[in-house]
Amino acid sequence: MTAGEPETPRAASSRAKDHSPWNWLLFIPIVVPLIPALFNADSPRIFGFPRFYWLQLVWILLGVATTTLVYQMTKKRGTH
Amino acid sequence: MWRDHLTEIIVFSALFLLVSAMGFVAARWRAPKDMAHLDEWGLGGRSFGGWITWFLVGGDLYTAYTFVAVPALMFGAGAAGFFAVPYTIVIYPLVFLVLCRLWSVSHRHGFVTPADFVRRRFDSPVLALLIAITGIVATMPYIALQLVGIEAVLKTMGVTGDSALARHLPIIIAFAILAAYTYQSGLRAPALIAFVKDSLIYVVILVAVIYLPYKLGGWGSIFDAADAKFAASPNPNDGILLNANNQLQYVTLAFGSALALFLYPHSITGVLASRNRDVIKRNMSALPAYSLLLGLIALLGFMAIAAGVKPLPGAKEGTVDSNTVVPVLFDQQFPDWFAGVAYAAIGIGALVPAAIMSIAAANLFTRNIYKEYLKRDASPAQEANVSKITSLVVKVGAVACIVFLDPQFSIDLQLIGGVIILQTLPAVALGLYTRWFHRGALIAGWVAGMGLGMWMLYQIPNPASKRAHFGGSAFPLSDFGFDTKKTIYVGIVAVLVNLVVAALVTLALRAAKVADGVDGTTPDDYFADEGDPRVTPGPDRDADSAREPVA
Repeated sequence: MTAGEPETPRAASSRAKDHSPWNWLLFIPIVVPLIPALFNADSPRIFGFPRFYWLQLVWILLGVATTTLVYQMTKKRGTH
Repeated sequence: MWRDHLTEIIVFSALFLLVSAMGFVAARWRAPKDMAHLDEWGLGGRSFGGWITWFLVGGDLYTAYTFVAVPALMFGAGAAGFFAVPYTIVIYPLVFLVLCRLWSVSHRHGFVTPADFVRRRFDSPVLALLIAITGIVATMPYIALQLVGIEAVLKTMGVTGDSALARHLPIIIAFAILAAYTYQSGLRAPALIAFVKDSLIYVVILVAVIYLPYKLGGWGSIFDAADAKFAASPNPNDGILLNANNQLQYVTLAFGSALALFLYPHSITGVLASRNRDVIKRNMSALPAYSLLLGLIALLGFMAIAAGVKPLPGAKEGTVDSNTVVPVLFDQQFPDWFAGVAYAAIGIGALVPAAIMSIAAANLFTRNIYKEYLKRDASPAQEANVSKITSLVVKVGAVACIVFLDPQFSIDLQLIGGVIILQTLPAVALGLYTRWFHRGALIAGWVAGMGLGMWMLYQIPNPASKRAHFGGSAFPLSDFGFDTKKTIYVGIVAVLVNLVVAALVTLALRAAKVADGVDGTTPDDYFADEGDPRVTPGPDRDADSAREPVA
């Protein structure tokens, strides 16, 4: 199809643009887990886990929280 | 001897037969009107909702080999093996945006493989062929490695033989069954089996991380036992923490592996099979549950140290097969019936990714080699048929790799696989955002990245196994003339060089006004979603297949 062809209203509403400033938040869970200075230490230990292990497992929650937030903030309005 | 493991073998076999039956039944699950179409056989009708996608992609990315090899790495090297955790955290925010665009443009144009997209975007059959071959070559050893996972389990149960054929017979049978139901049911088979596989894995690991620390004196003493082992070893790069020299390797390996993972054809197949963009985005929040699981699985390596596990001997005299660390730990610590369940989880865990990988490789061959070069006017039914047959060939090849070659060869190839699949990043991932690169420049960048990556891998020795080449993916920066002991992941360096070459050659080709083909996509295509009337193929195709409730 050509770019000039008129679109039905359904086509227009079923497409979401992903240019939202919220998307920049996604860089946090990409960058933070890649800074060893934050987690490469033994203390403090939690439940016997050195910081190296428990803090990297906590980053999983950071990733989940961020992607969930961005999804909620950018999803199409009116469909949910 | 196998007689000592009879309970384990019975439980393992029973669960294995159960999922095999499910694999054959899967053809009727959410049955399409017409299975003779690549969209149906190879992408499950592009109709999977939230739950199925979660199990399918989870079962696809976290393979049996991962479950066996990551704890083995922790057992041998300590903290460096934990890279699997940041690796599987970083991937999801990356995928959140990038693969949604790939899903949209693929849905709009009916693409089945990443090479289909590259073909249309850059108007270059040659570049598409390179992407397809890269994908197939990177995937093949990955399938073979799934067999290594099953073999580690069989070996621990004492299922071995004197001749090579007797030793490999169980694996040949398992793969023959797998090949038969994948042939019949396509992507629906692994999607259905993934439910069983992942449920088993979750149960086994939850029990393991609660019960084993209780038996072994608590987490604190598990870490202390690991610390004591690494303190006593002569290797300067092991330990329960990273040191100054392997941090760069840790970070680049995690990041590079994340980039590579979502470029693998089997990940893309899993994502393209989902029903709409929302399913993908919601899954990016739900899939990290598997990362938590993987983190806990990694720690099984330390539990094995605390429990004093001795891995079984390897194929050659005087070597050990470190992949048997986790199966031996289960054998020692769990009651027989539960060890059988755990082994079944690993064995079935090998089948799901092996099926998806062989489907992905078969789709690449069909769409980008067969249809492009051998039979231009192939009908959808012929495409589906070629893919089904190719998936059989791929599996035979994987079994042959394990039976006739040293398994180490597959492990080396898989190491190379991560590096070479990264070389498709500029065309596939950046191509989703920009058409700036010239098609000729992308080919030049691919050649440069491949060449450099191969050379670097060739240079790396492995002192532990006394091999001079392909000894790992940590490249010492001193080989580039830097005065340091730091190491870096080969893939990252190779893909950076690839990008630089692609950019420079683009500038040169543009200046020389070399023809650049026509972009067959429009900016709008990258946002198309379910219900868009322009999507191909027809909108009502799966109207009467049962829709899964949205999770």
